Amino acid sequence: MTGGALTTPRFLQAGDTALTVELGATAELGLSLRVLELYAQISSAGLPGVVELVPTLRSLTVHYDPRVTSSRVLRAALAPIVDVGLAESGRDVSTDGNAVPVPGRRWLMPACYAPEFGPDIESVAAACGLDAGQVPALHASVPYRVLMVGFLPGHPYMGNLPPPLRIPRRDTPRTSVPAGSVAIATTMSVIYPLESPGGWHIIARTPVALFDATRAEPSLLAPGDEVRFRPIGRDEFDALSAAVAAGTWAIEPVGAAP
Amino acid sequence: MSGARQGALVVVAPGLSTTVQDRGRVGWQRFGVPVSGALDADALAAANIVAGNTAGEAGLECLYQGCELQIDAESARVAVAGAGASLDILDAGGALSRNVPALESVTLVAGQRARVKMPGPSISAYLAIEGGFALPAVMGSLSTYVRAAIGGLGGRRLRARDALPLAMGAASARGDKRLLDIALAPATTARVVLGPQDDHFTAAAIARLTGEAFLVLPASDRMGLRLGGSKLEHIRGADIVSDGIAPGAIQVPGDGLPIVMLADRQTTGGYTKIATVISADLPALGRVGPGAFLRFAVVDVEAAEALAHQRAIVIDSWVGRLVETGGIADRFALLYDVNLISGVVDGDDTMSLR
Repeated sequence: MTGGALTTPRFLQAGDTALTVELGATAELGLSLRVLELYAQISSAGLPGVVELVPTLRSLTVHYDPRVTSSRVLRAALAPIVDVGLAESGRDVSTDGNAVPVPGRRWLMPACYAPEFGPDIESVAAACGLDAGQVPALHASVPYRVLMVGFLPGHPYMGNLPPPLRIPRRDTPRTSVPAGSVAIATTMSVIYPLESPGGWHIIARTPVALFDATRAEPSLLAPGDEVRFRPIGRDEFDALSAAVAAGTWAIEPVGAAP
Repeated sequence: MSGARQGALVVVAPGLSTTVQDRGRVGWQRFGVPVSGALDADALAAANIVAGNTAGEAGLECLYQGCELQIDAESARVAVAGAGASLDILDAGGALSRNVPALESVTLVAGQRARVKMPGPSISAYLAIEGGFALPAVMGSLSTYVRAAIGGLGGRRLRARDALPLAMGAASARGDKRLLDIALAPATTARVVLGPQDDHFTAAAIARLTGEAFLVLPASDRMGLRLGGSKLEHIRGADIVSDGIAPGAIQVPGDGLPIVMLADRQTTGGYTKIATVISADLPALGRVGPGAFLRFAVVDVEAAEALAHQRAIVIDSWVGRLVETGGIADRFALLYDVNLISGVVDGDDTMSLR
């Protein structure tokens, strides 16, 4: 692994209602998976006064109610979970997280890589020294893990993008990215749940609704979920879009994440 | 059904930015859903308690300009809170009949209108209605989050002719109440706990944070209070790998100008946060607008937690401090309004209703 990513966990105080457990300074898959482990462990610990947990790529923010608990009590309760977890893992967390016992679901996400839905396929291919046809195949060749959900409601950050596709974000973000756009940058892939500005390279579109406030679980994806992309043609995209709009089809998980 | 028809509050004039807000949408940040909720949770609590609700019931948040509402119900009990705010009561034709100060409930009948007046100093005012709104909760909250179009009425700001369905078709027999001597002044100094990324800033930046006054800029909104002043310098850049954002976090992007993260803040962010405004002082930040000056003072987390306890005790004390409004004369006017009596008023009947 690159040096120094996994350091001694640090507690960062964020006012009197939040405490961030920071596992390292940079975002690497191993650290992110360790964050998901911690998230699962602390969720099931049921600590009094913990209001909600927000996993991010290299840290976990614990929002708490200072009328019920305190920074001192919470640090004392979290320290053994954080330390014990590290000692127990006993593996090189930088390389492989497939054995991580994070509860999650497995999804097969239809995605149409047609040029009208993937306006950046050509430029991505050029930047990566690939043929345009290789971009969808490479993107759909690996399972991704949802490492965090943020930026917008239901917006997943998923690792890890195959190395040949890794390029920085666009120099100039777009002012408007259509909902359902599948995009890539750095080591991750994202899906825009709502129409919004965005600076990632757009290579596909999914007909699946990633966020729907009327559902019992409005966000389709949760941290820890596994997502595989299933390339579909324009006809199937249109048919699925129509079925989603009509409420006659909704994606279902294909199983539990490994 | 008890026979009372479903009532509504009809929007005559929406004001600049009026939304339904409660204490926020807690428990969904890991899905990227912001908490939202009232910018000034204390004023919302006060309005609610005066109107006969629990402190966290959803009310209307008016920013910068008050809204005007018409009662489409047998009767309804409303109250407004916010420094400098009051309610003009108008008859169905729009003629002013009286002005009711903040923190005093008033019972209105079908056709009457209430206009929120908010000349300042607070830029926010909260109108609570007894029983609250019969609107569907989205992820456990009625709070409006406009960017994702969720909560409140259609996930948006109120518009003229909107009808907000009411949970109660008529005011209860509780009577009108007043809450005296509670502090809802806009912040001039906000206390902060340093961090989570104070180690990314120069010593001079930390000194400036507490030594200088910052000007509230016009770009401020429900997401954050944007501040101008001398720049807060980073040691090694403003960008970090995104982490969770606490309410009140003072985020400092590359331009060195701080942004205090408020109700509609995003759940995560990639800028350094030099300090975090303590929870007890956050409501008062929801009262300040462009042109105001703000200072920061550092406290430790133990002091911040003690102040959070104190704030909760103060709000819990408000219910016990409610007093009856008006004397017999006020009562006559009210009875006349609600048509419980007509023609000749019998003194004995009136007394029995006290």
